[in-house]
Amino acid sequence: MAGNNDALPVRTGFLAWLNKRLPVDQFMRDQLTGYYAPKNFNFWYYFGVLSLVALVIQLVTGIFLTMHYKVGETTAFDSVQYIMREVPYGDLLRYMHSTGASFFFIVVYLHMFRALLYGSYKAPRELLWLFGMAIYLALMAEGFMGYVLPWGNMSFWGAQVIVNLFGTIPVIGPGLVDWIRGDYGIADATLNRFFALHVVAIPLVLLLLVALHLVALRHNGSNNPDGIEIKEKKGADGKPLDGIPFHPYYTVKDLVGVGLFLVLFAIVVFFVPTFGGLFLEGPNFEPVNPLSTPDEIAPVWYFTPFYAILRAVPDQRLGALLMAASLIFFLLLPWLDRSPVKSIRYRGPTWKIALAVFAISFIGLGYLGLQKPEGIYVAAARVLTALYFAFFILMPLYTRGESTRRVPDRVTSSHD
Amino acid sequence: MIEALQRMKSPGFLVLLAGVLMGPAFVIAAEETAAATEHAAQAAHGEGEGVDWQGWRAGNQVSDTASLQRGAANFVNYCLGCHSLKYMRYSRLATDLNITTPQLVTNLIPGSAKATDYIVSSFPATEAEAWFGRVPPDLSLITRSRGRDYVYRFLKGFYVDHTRPTGSNNLALDGAAMPAVLSDLEGVKRAVFAPGEATEAGKRVERFEVVSPGRLNAAQYDGFVRDTVNFLDYAGDPSQVRRRGIGIWVVLFLLVFTGFAWMLKKEYWKDVH
Repeated sequence: MAGNNDALPVRTGFLAWLNKRLPVDQFMRDQLTGYYAPKNFNFWYYFGVLSLVALVIQLVTGIFLTMHYKVGETTAFDSVQYIMREVPYGDLLRYMHSTGASFFFIVVYLHMFRALLYGSYKAPRELLWLFGMAIYLALMAEGFMGYVLPWGNMSFWGAQVIVNLFGTIPVIGPGLVDWIRGDYGIADATLNRFFALHVVAIPLVLLLLVALHLVALRHNGSNNPDGIEIKEKKGADGKPLDGIPFHPYYTVKDLVGVGLFLVLFAIVVFFVPTFGGLFLEGPNFEPVNPLSTPDEIAPVWYFTPFYAILRAVPDQRLGALLMAASLIFFLLLPWLDRSPVKSIRYRGPTWKIALAVFAISFIGLGYLGLQKPEGIYVAAARVLTALYFAFFILMPLYTRGESTRRVPDRVTSSHD
Repeated sequence: MIEALQRMKSPGFLVLLAGVLMGPAFVIAAEETAAATEHAAQAAHGEGEGVDWQGWRAGNQVSDTASLQRGAANFVNYCLGCHSLKYMRYSRLATDLNITTPQLVTNLIPGSAKATDYIVSSFPATEAEAWFGRVPPDLSLITRSRGRDYVYRFLKGFYVDHTRPTGSNNLALDGAAMPAVLSDLEGVKRAVFAPGEATEAGKRVERFEVVSPGRLNAAQYDGFVRDTVNFLDYAGDPSQVRRRGIGIWVVLFLLVFTGFAWMLKKEYWKDVH
């Protein structure tokens, strides 16, 4: 992280006073102007900073929504309509928040896929990967509880399905479900605690995890599309030959990515906020009705790969177990992958095929999770579930002796 | 595929990402404009090989203020007797639809209500339940939960059915509790069903037969329904027209901003090799 001996600027007056008390210049040098990042980042490397942008959007719009939202089973639904209709620009606040949730998951999924492409989870970045996965799991909890807050009919039935999954745990299951709900059904008590968790507890956890993720990242520096440690090739001045200062090079480059992200974000917020029922589902515009189950209880798109795995198994307990396993395997990834090479650029055809199959199974399961589980879809979900798990379970076998190409000493392509 | 993706340079990335995210957006937008054209085609299509009522599209334009004004009047005259728009105020309506206060008071607001009141039916819920077996639903969000095409099909889907207590049934909602209150406009029609089972999409109709004509002809009634659906579409999200108006400028600003950021990046990076 540190290890940078560039001289700090000589300050006088207020800045001298400030730097004596707060290491502003030192921080700037260690983390921005003197922090060397590989010069060959490609477009996959935008999604880290974009996740941060999405987090900020969610925090800021969330704070303003909290000023008008009224938690409670008799007030929640009405207060969302109050925000949409009577709060000045409340519709924009709400749509930025709902669209922000989907965009958050889009960039996080692409960010994770980048790690798979270039082996960013491999030594010495295993903990970086684990912190990232913890962020992802916290984000799923955050997304789920946030979806319950508008107290629409899909909020209610979705909560019913997800919370009941905990009931499949042997012995403690039924008691655990009551403990989570705070009642014998999804009710006012459940809504209140989900609000507390969504607005206070999980955001705090998320911020802590993001801080740890960044500290771990800066400690070893970023990986890059060639999977080469740039710190191993330093010039006479002690700076990585293939590195460039994060500021100004990557700050201006990220600005382009952020601008583009915001263009797409604004197009959805202003013109297609429900995204054809994918970002905001139709049945959730009906208030909670415990007597009327929606035709099809479908979670929002970002949960559907796991939902498809759950439904692929006829037995609910086994399905829930498999769903949990599908997430746990991600955590084990750094130890399942035995290849000596990080980047897909220098890995053998087996890995390329395996990764392509995995990507197809994940997207395919995501699609199937949105469809009714009938006919060919059930069989397809089972095949894709098998492929999903095969990718992880067989990984030690097909990566151990894989034929790789020689990794060059220096990064191959510069910036684009 | 993956190799192609990871070799992608920035301009390619811009196109790809834009394609991935904007593709569906454009599909949705295109569907909306296509709906209107499709509707015209349906009208010309006639009743040759059965009535494709499941394919009826509202094709309304929520930016058409005159249509919204007519729809508001339709709602007040024909729906408000039983149905509320409990999240809408009369005054909001007037502002959004360019209705002056005198017009609002004389034409739209029922006797005792004030302009700032919510649009709530004076039909007591308990009585409504006694009459129809269920409380008529609030319609503020009906186009959002069921979709505007559903409302359009519902309003045009009444047919004679003497097995029902109301004497009528509905194609879009089988066993609807609501009577065919618009039959004095539309007329009364009988549905001749195609042989065979109803599919998941609903009953298969071969043709409609006019039992008694209404005060409006088919095209006029279609316009009446479309205006009403348009108004309910507006009521489901009253800020939508204004939001799109702002959106164009926001997107333009962000494009210009991104362009400047791109040039800045080029300038800084020209010495990196």
